[in-house]
Amino acid sequence: MSLRGKAAIVGAALAGCGEAHGKTSMEITVEAVHGALADAGVPLHQVDAIATCQPLDMLSGLTLAQELGLRPKFTMNNRTGGSSFLSHTMWAAMLLHLSLADTVLICYGSNQRTASGKLMTALGLPAHEAPYRPLFPVSSYALAADRHMTRFGTTREQLADVAVAARAWAQKNPEAFMRDPLTREDVMASRPVSDPLRVRDCCLVTDGGGAVVMRRAETARDHPKPPVYLLGGGEGTTHRDISEMADLTVTGAAQSGPAAMDMAGVRPSDIDVVQLYDAFTINVILFLEDLGFCKKGEGGAFVGNGGIAPGGHLPVNTNGGGLSCVHPGMYGIFTLVEAVRQLRGEAGERQIAGAELALAHGNGGVLSSQVTNILGTEATL
Amino acid sequence: MESAFPGPGPDAVFAAKLAEGVFEIQKCGGCGRHVFHPRVICPACGSADLGWVAPSGRGTVHARTIVRRKPEKGGDYNVVLVDLEEGVRMMSRVDGIDNDRLAAGLKVTAFVGKGAGGEPAVVFRPQGGAR
Repeated sequence: MSLRGKAAIVGAALAGCGEAHGKTSMEITVEAVHGALADAGVPLHQVDAIATCQPLDMLSGLTLAQELGLRPKFTMNNRTGGSSFLSHTMWAAMLLHLSLADTVLICYGSNQRTASGKLMTALGLPAHEAPYRPLFPVSSYALAADRHMTRFGTTREQLADVAVAARAWAQKNPEAFMRDPLTREDVMASRPVSDPLRVRDCCLVTDGGGAVVMRRAETARDHPKPPVYLLGGGEGTTHRDISEMADLTVTGAAQSGPAAMDMAGVRPSDIDVVQLYDAFTINVILFLEDLGFCKKGEGGAFVGNGGIAPGGHLPVNTNGGGLSCVHPGMYGIFTLVEAVRQLRGEAGERQIAGAELALAHGNGGVLSSQVTNILGTEATL
Repeated sequence: MESAFPGPGPDAVFAAKLAEGVFEIQKCGGCGRHVFHPRVICPACGSADLGWVAPSGRGTVHARTIVRRKPEKGGDYNVVLVDLEEGVRMMSRVDGIDNDRLAAGLKVTAFVGKGAGGEPAVVFRPQGGAR
């Protein structure tokens, strides 16, 4: 039995992106929920299943139910890091398809920028890494980048071009946090953090929240906006700590991507627009390879020289991504919201004309959890 | 009832050995593979028959990063992943080499040195001595 087209996103919203002074993470989350319910035309008390993951609140699903005044039939708190929300959509589709729930809410919010100014996480270093003081999480990604450069000859310039492309998209998005011009030279001259990665290779630290509302296909058209169907989903978990990653150049996206695309019945060349969790520039190169948009080892050339920028051969992270739009710590929900906007034709100056099929991909931990969703318009059913 | 896993767990055993200056890793009696970090069951075959052995100490740098830090806070330092000859990988640090000469492929040898907090930790130096 496949989940293809069994459920759809019928409402989506962002809240508090950038700086949300004086607000708690849960308050930002609930602002996004309020927006997504309004977008869906769904009254709050129709929600009968909820899913969330918040970095510092182990019981955030319970907190969410309390704040919304809900007594949900199902409270999902799957915690795979920034990929969590893309796994939540699959669990939501299962509940909806089995008629165990009728309206599922998936949401997230964080005030990390105004609260702490840095990545807020409950994670500590594992015992067998702590004596060597890797910076969490950037050194883990730096080790993967170093390995990719050693093995495939990926260049510093190619890493920089990922950040440059994200900024070029952000300049088309009025909601993006950083919209100043950014050149390859700017990235390469930015402050080194953990070689080979520099500060402009690293995602932003912002506040922000997002929410989506899902319903089963039979009722998905009973809402103001066109439904965005979940056509396929897949997960891949390979490790928790970077020292335990079997191959630093191959992520779990090599499992999650084919699983999602097989379920959806699509190939990479069918996808119109791609939203990837770009916590660091190397992520985009790894994921494009592992998801099959190019061969292993050719990701650097694929992203180089504007390949994924506006006007390039594949539109990637059209909102500006975690590198230039928004990054409150667990970015996965934002890949979903941007995919929805593109498939509804709501993306303004950055709209990909005729976008029918989108891929949204979340990353959790240190390249540890990979979750892929394929989303499509009614025409793709 | 007697536990199938008597005594302290593998993390504590590893730490106790290290505190005495001894670096040992596990080897699986079921499939013969070496295991690091220390575990309760073999991640390759599921066997609980994990014993302790002394590795050769020889390894190769698989990847490296230089963490940038202001001189007044102690300056830059390296973090590496090392592949031991026994087929396991571990995070560590290489002493006795300039950071700008440290690259994947460097042959290194383990010794029990000190971690960031002064605790005993497995550290490496270039094979054939400092350079």
